[in-house]
Amino acid sequence: MSTGTPIAETAGIAAPTGSPGLIQEPGTVTAFWRRLRARPSAIAGLVIVGLLILMAVFAPWIAPYDPTATDWGNVRGSPSLAHPFGGDEVGRDVLSRIIFGARASLGAGLVSVALAVSLGLPLGLLAGYAGGWIDGAISRLTDALLAIPFLILAIALAAFLGPSLVNAMIAIGLSATSTFIRLTRAQVRAVAAEEFVEAARAMGNPPWRIAFVHILPNIVPAILVQATLTIAAAIIAEASLSFLGLGQQPPEPSWGAMLNTAKNFMDQAPWMAIWPGLSIFLAVLAFNLFGDGLRDALDPRQRA
Amino acid sequence: MSMQDYPVVSVRDLSKHYPLRSWWGGKDSVFRAVEGVSFDIRPGETLGLVGESGSGKSTIGRAVTMLNPPTSGTIAFEGTDLAKLSAGAMRKMRARIQTVFQDPYAALNPRMSAGDYVAEAFKLHRRDMRRPERREAVAALFQRVGLDPRFMGRYPHQFSGGQRQRICIARAIALKPSFIVADEPIAALDVSIQAQVVNLLQDLQDEMGLSYLFISHDLRMVRYLCHRVAVLWRGRIVELAEADALYEAPRHPYTRRLLAAVPVPHPAEERARLAARDIASHDQPPDGPLTEVAPGHWVALPQEQRA
Amino acid sequence: MTKPLLDVRDLAVAFDTDGGAVHAVNGVSYTLHEGETLGIVGESGSGKSVHVLAMLGLIPRPPGRITGGQVLFEGRDLLALKEREIRKIRGGAIGFVFQDPMSSLNPGMTVAAQIVEPLRIHLGLDARAARARAKELLDLVRIPNAGARLDQYPHEFSGGQRQRVMIAIGLSCRPKLLIADEATTALDVTVQAEIVALVQELKRELGMAIIWITHDLGVVAGISDTVQVMYAGRILERGPVDDIFSDPRNAYTLGLLRSLPDLSGGRAGRRRLHQIEGAPPDMRHLPPGDPFAPRNAYATPRCRAEMPPLAQAPGAAPGHLVAAWYDLPDLLSREAAR
Repeated sequence: MSTGTPIAETAGIAAPTGSPGLIQEPGTVTAFWRRLRARPSAIAGLVIVGLLILMAVFAPWIAPYDPTATDWGNVRGSPSLAHPFGGDEVGRDVLSRIIFGARASLGAGLVSVALAVSLGLPLGLLAGYAGGWIDGAISRLTDALLAIPFLILAIALAAFLGPSLVNAMIAIGLSATSTFIRLTRAQVRAVAAEEFVEAARAMGNPPWRIAFVHILPNIVPAILVQATLTIAAAIIAEASLSFLGLGQQPPEPSWGAMLNTAKNFMDQAPWMAIWPGLSIFLAVLAFNLFGDGLRDALDPRQRA
Repeated sequence: MSMQDYPVVSVRDLSKHYPLRSWWGGKDSVFRAVEGVSFDIRPGETLGLVGESGSGKSTIGRAVTMLNPPTSGTIAFEGTDLAKLSAGAMRKMRARIQTVFQDPYAALNPRMSAGDYVAEAFKLHRRDMRRPERREAVAALFQRVGLDPRFMGRYPHQFSGGQRQRICIARAIALKPSFIVADEPIAALDVSIQAQVVNLLQDLQDEMGLSYLFISHDLRMVRYLCHRVAVLWRGRIVELAEADALYEAPRHPYTRRLLAAVPVPHPAEERARLAARDIASHDQPPDGPLTEVAPGHWVALPQEQRA
Repeated sequence: MTKPLLDVRDLAVAFDTDGGAVHAVNGVSYTLHEGETLGIVGESGSGKSVHVLAMLGLIPRPPGRITGGQVLFEGRDLLALKEREIRKIRGGAIGFVFQDPMSSLNPGMTVAAQIVEPLRIHLGLDARAARARAKELLDLVRIPNAGARLDQYPHEFSGGQRQRVMIAIGLSCRPKLLIADEATTALDVTVQAEIVALVQELKRELGMAIIWITHDLGVVAGISDTVQVMYAGRILERGPVDDIFSDPRNAYTLGLLRSLPDLSGGRAGRRRLHQIEGAPPDMRHLPPGDPFAPRNAYATPRCRAEMPPLAQAPGAAPGHLVAAWYDLPDLLSREAAR
């Protein structure tokens, strides 16, 4: 049984709901928004993610200074009215670097995960639904990739592709792909065993339609949740690559690169670490909150 | 044989075997889930399939609809051997052969609205129908199975078990099939709802001339609903007869044992039945070729016991 | 009948959900005597299972809440007991058997280990004595070759045998009360017949009281002394088994009995099944009066406004109680006259 808790079942919640008068069902999108709105933490996550993205997009207009401009009067300068977040080791304005750094960090998170999902979802769907030797081949490849730690794989790929932010995104995306293949495959296999998939076959649905119309919508929530978690991991991975000189190239800012530089100056200029650290924390938290809310809101069984 | 008697479904020597492998992957053997089963279903007839768990009754239902094709044997549906059809032709054929599943909680896609679920029948098989026509047809089906068409936009979890089974039935009859396999269609429903669904199935049969393969472990309901009944024991038919003949005068020891176990909802009779019961034997019942011992009454017994 | 064993007084249970409180049990009161077999009939949402789980302290809290009432077992209020104290009673003086024998047994423990556990906890037996008793119990529930089968795992038993093992565990501490919740529902009809016969025999041997919860009117007819019909968390009717079947006073009971297929006569003369219209109520939004009223053709305006009390049915056998504002026999005789 796919709905409710056993208790809810015994207590008879499955009975028809609502009064007979109220029948106009909200459209799918309206209902989705209603369920999402009912979850304050998800809305908070969404708002923060939205603000961060706006910040990244409009960085040149928001940032008070050029993020790469050095100011010898502001070397490790403590926070002040002119530089609210202080200055870094060569006197660049930390606030401006945080604002511009959002471009690299969020970009790395979103682009790499988009790449991982767009590769992993179709491959996982194919493996899970087609089965046989196709499944065997894809699964073995996935296992092999998963045997290498995520970060090591990303570093190796980034080194192979050459140091640049775009290559770092590709490297992170490819490294995360196997997770999505594996998750999709497992989800597909679980859903494919459900009776409504057999009912779909009994109605004469061709295999592609079963995969896309009956199975896919039922696995999207799990993929989305994994995606938000992976965005968080990708932001951290980009930071690590930047530290190794494989991601964002100096002097362009990224939160990860800033944090890694800052750790040498923890005693003298803790703000150099605090702000990028907080930014990463906030972005990761926001994506996780939003992901959790999204999962619930995408489930029509959940109440608004 | 008159046209009327020409069977809708004719199953001959149906077997379904599953390979069994020992854990080291060696020496294969087979599990015979269904073995040499034959029966016909006539237009407008309900054939009951009874038996206990492991008797193969659901396996037969899924083999007859080619959802889980048989290992051997033929299934002739309106004269066409289903096993010889290509995958595409079989999908087209599904417009005429439908299934109502046991668990209306599991058989509905949780992320598809009830209306879309029923409309899928038209989307797949009536490509000429346009959206407003489809909507209208679905609304009519909702009405027919006793659901308010205004609930078309609702999702499965918003319906009760009985309502969900009505949705499944609406979908099954959408394309006016001639044959429906009903695999334990009332087993998951509350007692007060079972009668509603059984009546609906019967009304639809009267209206549309449907033939049913009614798979159930509810022996009283089977007698009530079915014209003829086949009793299965470990994948084989041990007795097949008109429902009343089978219940009144069962010939096979296993049929007798099965029928004797059915509780009677009448206190004095039921107490007497409990008091009189012998301890059930689990001996293997006698077996033999399925032979006609009275007109239309078939029993699998060895020669000497067929009296 | 002998002295009261279990006295349920105005028990009420609710579950908190996102969509509001689900009132699963709404003032259930009854008395069970020593050695009595009570059959409780009802459909999902009737509260038949939830109320026994509540009195055994087995509903998860939260979301469950016991919102009122007392359950006196041999004079002690089970609801007031500490978890440690009720654990002594549960599986001890009160044994229970649930629907699904596979998920009630731990697949990773041998059958012996699972039978021995309550014996050691409740009776304080040492390992050897407990094992000897476990073998006796498997013999008691007629599992052949009990000694050898003690060390097998649940998957090595058939469905019926697993339910026998559950009954053995339920009976292990010589309970005064055995509660069976849909104990034969998942079983084949021949296996059900064996389990019912077994419970009947054990009852003769051990003399315990039984609460048998089921939706199967056939099983209830054969084994019950008293039948209780529940709906939407309330008792709608209760009485001696013969009277309930021959002289039902609540329209819901009547509807259930009438919806059974009538097999008399040939196929041609068979009448259409009587069906109870509608569906069970939404337990979050119960109607104000009699919860069955919206589905009841005999309901009066008073039924829809006010819940009738469970009281002696006029002119019925003593102890035959009904909750109804209408007089069903009167309505039926008028219907027949028309």
